Amino acid sequence: MSAFDNSIQGLRETFRRDQVWPFLAPEQAAKVDVSNQMILYVEGLNLSFDGFKALNDLNLYVNDGELRCLIGANGAGKTTLMDVITGKSKPDAGSVFFGQTHNLLTKDEADIAQLGIGRKFQKPTVFEEQTVFDNLELSLKTDKRVLPTLFACLSPTEVDRIDEVLSIIGLKQQRFMKAGALSHGQKQWLEIGMLLVSDPRLLLIDEPVAGMTAQETERTAELLTSLAGERTVIVVEHDMEFVRSIARTVTVLHQGSVLAEGTMDQIQSNKDVIEVYLGEEAAEV
Amino acid sequence: MSKLINWFSEGRSSGKYTLPFVILLLAVTVLASAANLLLPQDSALYVSTYSITLLGKYLCYAMLALAVDIIWGYCGILSLGHGAFFALGGYAMGMYLMRQIGDRGVYGHPILPDFMVFLDWQELPWFWHGMDQFWFAMIMAVLVPGLLAFVFGWLAFRSRVTGVYLSIMTQALTYALLLAFFRNEMGFGGNNGLTDFKEILGFDLQADSTRVSLFIITAILLAVVLMLSQRILSSRLGKVTLAVRDAEARTRFIGYRTERYKVWLFVYSAVIAGVAGALYVPQVGIINPGEFSPINSIEVVIWVAVGGRGTLIGAIIGALLVNYAKTRFTAIMPDGWLFALGALFVLVTLFLPKGLIGLYGQLKSKRQPASSQEVTS
Repeated sequence: MSAFDNSIQGLRETFRRDQVWPFLAPEQAAKVDVSNQMILYVEGLNLSFDGFKALNDLNLYVNDGELRCLIGANGAGKTTLMDVITGKSKPDAGSVFFGQTHNLLTKDEADIAQLGIGRKFQKPTVFEEQTVFDNLELSLKTDKRVLPTLFACLSPTEVDRIDEVLSIIGLKQQRFMKAGALSHGQKQWLEIGMLLVSDPRLLLIDEPVAGMTAQETERTAELLTSLAGERTVIVVEHDMEFVRSIARTVTVLHQGSVLAEGTMDQIQSNKDVIEVYLGEEAAEV
Repeated sequence: MSKLINWFSEGRSSGKYTLPFVILLLAVTVLASAANLLLPQDSALYVSTYSITLLGKYLCYAMLALAVDIIWGYCGILSLGHGAFFALGGYAMGMYLMRQIGDRGVYGHPILPDFMVFLDWQELPWFWHGMDQFWFAMIMAVLVPGLLAFVFGWLAFRSRVTGVYLSIMTQALTYALLLAFFRNEMGFGGNNGLTDFKEILGFDLQADSTRVSLFIITAILLAVVLMLSQRILSSRLGKVTLAVRDAEARTRFIGYRTERYKVWLFVYSAVIAGVAGALYVPQVGIINPGEFSPINSIEVVIWVAVGGRGTLIGAIIGALLVNYAKTRFTAIMPDGWLFALGALFVLVTLFLPKGLIGLYGQLKSKRQPASSQEVTS
């Protein structure tokens, strides 16, 4: 076959009518491949700030639909890990995959959020100058580019969705109140509501019950357990009582890597954990 | 089309003072214009042409204040360089007016403006071509500030420069332009700028009717810009803008690319500033590099602070009041103005963090509970 034939062949191949050029193909809707029952793969993560190793060869696997608790002392790397997963910090080495296909390290915060990873901060962060309703409207799962946002109108389905979330988080009465006027616990709930309304696959929740009353804590526990299954939830918490009430699997972080993993009872009888938490003498006794 | 009308009518609900304010603005404009054109000069109600021009100038400043308020009050970007966009729009208009002089200049050259003949230039620099067309000059008055804002904003916001660092950069931007436009080699008349304008679109710039028309056009455009901005800021985009101002990281984690929102809002604001500059130049009759001076841009921020940032009407009222005070004050005690301005800024920051509009809201809310108590008791 001559070179000419070859190039003709190549040309035909390029212009075949039964296929779409990759750059013209509509972008694959953010589908998360969880065929191996695993939704988050964190492998060999290293990150240091000015010589301080915040993450040290950290490996973490989270099953789809699981409710996972992360515990650990201050500086164990819990928040840093969340920062890496949500795209706020870039690690020095390692890989983070969402499902089997989405490499989170190549994406920025907005992309990751649109893939369906929602995050609640340690300190409740809501838009204080806007109403509770507006806060939820902003968090809806919609087209978030500039022009579509300019011309966006709330559809009846979206209003229903917001109403539904408002009743879940118990802020129906306060819907037209400014978020800044809410109590601390209510702000925590609003932030959880903002996550819910965006319909995420994976929720990263940093200290959800800090500053809540016992009753509010109980309701939060109920809510989080009811979310698991359909969604995957990772909770960072200091309150051991709370962790015990919700957790099936607990991961203990220590100095930037995983120290132990298992059920609450296994963790509590784990020698390493006791050593780290209570000091060496306790372990020897 | 009907979708567009819907979109506009929806916005009216949120800014309930916007429509009354626009009506008031236009009514004053019509009355002042009529008093100038129809009444005899010795009538008690006669408004002099000088006052009309002064009012037109104030309205241009008000538009500039509006532009600053949109990004500072609503998006939290404190730009200390908006005078640069204003001046660029002004220069575009100035270039057009310069070309309109034609051979009536001092040196009588058919094409080259006076300052080029004076500098012994043989032909028109490339960027002066086409500026004899009004439409082209107007496109430039919008495009050049917009483009500069886009490039600047894209570089700054993508690198996540915020707060005081960004303010310093905008200040440096306008200062750099000031120095550049001072140079004769730039081809914009150097130190003296562009002046000695004769006519616009064939109308004599000194005539009363032209002055009044320019004043009316300025008022109408200010009203249009005010309503459009009100509508934009009450859409969901406006909510995202407030969200960026109050908690940018949170907004990003919800899935908004905040830097893009900031860039486009910055461009929109710069375009408004450019339009204001283009309206300003024919009314004042001169544009020179002094307009780029950093002091000017800082003054704009003070207008907005006095009126109340985060309220579009507040920015307009602030600009009008402070400039009126400036006109009065500089007539009585020219050297004292900067001190007065500084004192005003300090006082407003200390006692009226929300400006005059905030004060009005406070007084109203104070009176209302009192009156409702009376009703119940």
